[in-house]
Amino acid sequence: MALSTRSNFAKPDDAFRAVVEAHRGLSEAQSADLDAALVLVLANHIGDIDVLHEAIALAKRRVLDSSQQQQQQQQ
Amino acid sequence: MAQAKTQFGYRRHPDQDRSGASVAEHPVVIVGAGPVGLSLAIDLAQRGQRVVLLDDADRIGEGSRAICFSKRSLEFWDRLGVGDRMVDKGVVWSVGKIFHGASQLYQFNLLPEEGHKRPAFINLQQFYAEAYLVDRTAQLPEVDLRWRNKVTALEQRNDRVALTIATPDGPYQMHASFVVACDGARSSLRQMVGAEFAGQVFEDQFLIADVKMTAEFPTERWFWFDPPFHAGRSALLHKQPDDIWRIDLQLNPDADPAVEKQPANVRPRIERMLGHDKFDFEWISLYKFQCRRMAKFLHGRVIFAGDSAHQVSPFGARGANSGLEDAENLSWKLDRVLRGASPERLLESYHIERSAAADENIRESTRSTDFMAPVTKQEARLRQAVLSLAKETEFGKRMVNGGRLSVPSVYDTPLSTEDRDEWRGGPRPGASMPDAPMADRNGGSTFLTDAFIKQGTRFALLEFGNGAAADVPEGVGAIRVGGDGGLVDPEGLAAKRYDAVSGTSYLLRPDGYVAARFRKASRPALDAALARASGLN
Repeated sequence: MALSTRSNFAKPDDAFRAVVEAHRGLSEAQSADLDAALVLVLANHIGDIDVLHEAIALAKRRVLDSSQQQQQQQQ
Repeated sequence: MAQAKTQFGYRRHPDQDRSGASVAEHPVVIVGAGPVGLSLAIDLAQRGQRVVLLDDADRIGEGSRAICFSKRSLEFWDRLGVGDRMVDKGVVWSVGKIFHGASQLYQFNLLPEEGHKRPAFINLQQFYAEAYLVDRTAQLPEVDLRWRNKVTALEQRNDRVALTIATPDGPYQMHASFVVACDGARSSLRQMVGAEFAGQVFEDQFLIADVKMTAEFPTERWFWFDPPFHAGRSALLHKQPDDIWRIDLQLNPDADPAVEKQPANVRPRIERMLGHDKFDFEWISLYKFQCRRMAKFLHGRVIFAGDSAHQVSPFGARGANSGLEDAENLSWKLDRVLRGASPERLLESYHIERSAAADENIRESTRSTDFMAPVTKQEARLRQAVLSLAKETEFGKRMVNGGRLSVPSVYDTPLSTEDRDEWRGGPRPGASMPDAPMADRNGGSTFLTDAFIKQGTRFALLEFGNGAAADVPEGVGAIRVGGDGGLVDPEGLAAKRYDAVSGTSYLLRPDGYVAARFRKASRPALDAALARASGLN
């Protein structure tokens, strides 16, 4: 596992807050634009394709899990 | 508009009078006299093979089609004796510029260093390349080029292929030990062997217009995303010989090809781009493209090369160039098999090496195409983010994909001998030989690629240093750099590019790829590497 999932920030709330506040006042489309740029900037900073793949897999599991839950609720 | 540049006469061949038990038997029949078939025929002929080359047409030169020929292709053509003619006529270039809207995002140089015989690329209309290759075949009695000979049926037997060929004088039969299908993307031989040709179809349409005009633009590849003259789409401008300019405009997926192709409708688009109307059309073509390849390039005794075996999008100049790489890869192997010097399984390495190269070319050109024509809203958003980040960051510039231009693949192949020594650079086994400037004994300047040609385009040992010459196996050429009688490495570039010290040697294949390398070659190690690269173990 190349991806670090330990808590890396001394103050995790600051990091979460920074991202949240970046989106304040933006339309949905602007928020999506911001996320797209932010992902690319951070991916380049990490600069490790294995870490990126693992990060994508970890993030994507949430999307798939929640869509499965929705399907189950509908059944 | 473009006329056929060269017309060739059909001539009846004595083979057409033979039938039944007396039909003609040939070692190799190549189908398709395009750049790939012609180059393969010349290479085989130079190796001493008699070659029959068939083409169903009697002319070349409708439209420019392929225009960018890579350094690797030029080095191959040097070996075939046509490199100078191509480069003398072609437009040499190495710089590309990418624009977004009205402003330049960045520029790249595909060959930023000196000391290579050939440039990164030349632009040359395909019909010139074909005409020069046809001229070269005329100097080689081993090449028997037959126009208006169309293969209509083939039957695979144990040790040969039986071909039925239609001509203006009616059909005839011919047998070949091997048939090489260089008959293009719509290959009829591919259908005859029943092979599938599946892949990805792109919906976006592109308009190619080759226009004649005198202009002072530099000889660079210019690519625009969302230019002011063609909002929301991409555009390309690139110079060819004879004051011809290639213009490539992305159209909407739902554009009507019949309407868009009409010069009256193309003209205003080009006027918007150039800002004037002083140009004439040389060629207009509208295309959609596919990225696909055959699962197997070998079907019994029928071998596929070039577009018949694989197709890519045009962004990256990976079509004709990869076909030429197929030809240089196949030629020496087929020659050895025909001479009985290697077993037929050597040909499997052609499939292994060139199908992996096709996968790489498809991957690269698909990525370029997806970047130019994003499929989903989110893809478009990510692309927009890259384009806007490119304005102020280096990483953004490098992520902008306006076509990644053809470079030779590095083969992971059973023909390579794994490195056992320590290397900090240089081409690894499976990579093509880098060029370097050299001086001969008399102080005359030459290149390493020339030295490779001089020793016969066969297996060769490239040796560096002052020690005693290595004990080279029979039939293997020797290129010595340094020492008594060796070539001089005036700027030390060869040593640098090959990570060479005294005693270093590289075993080069007949196609100029590295088979093995040694810090100090022993005869048994050389013999083993040579046997492996020849498919003998």
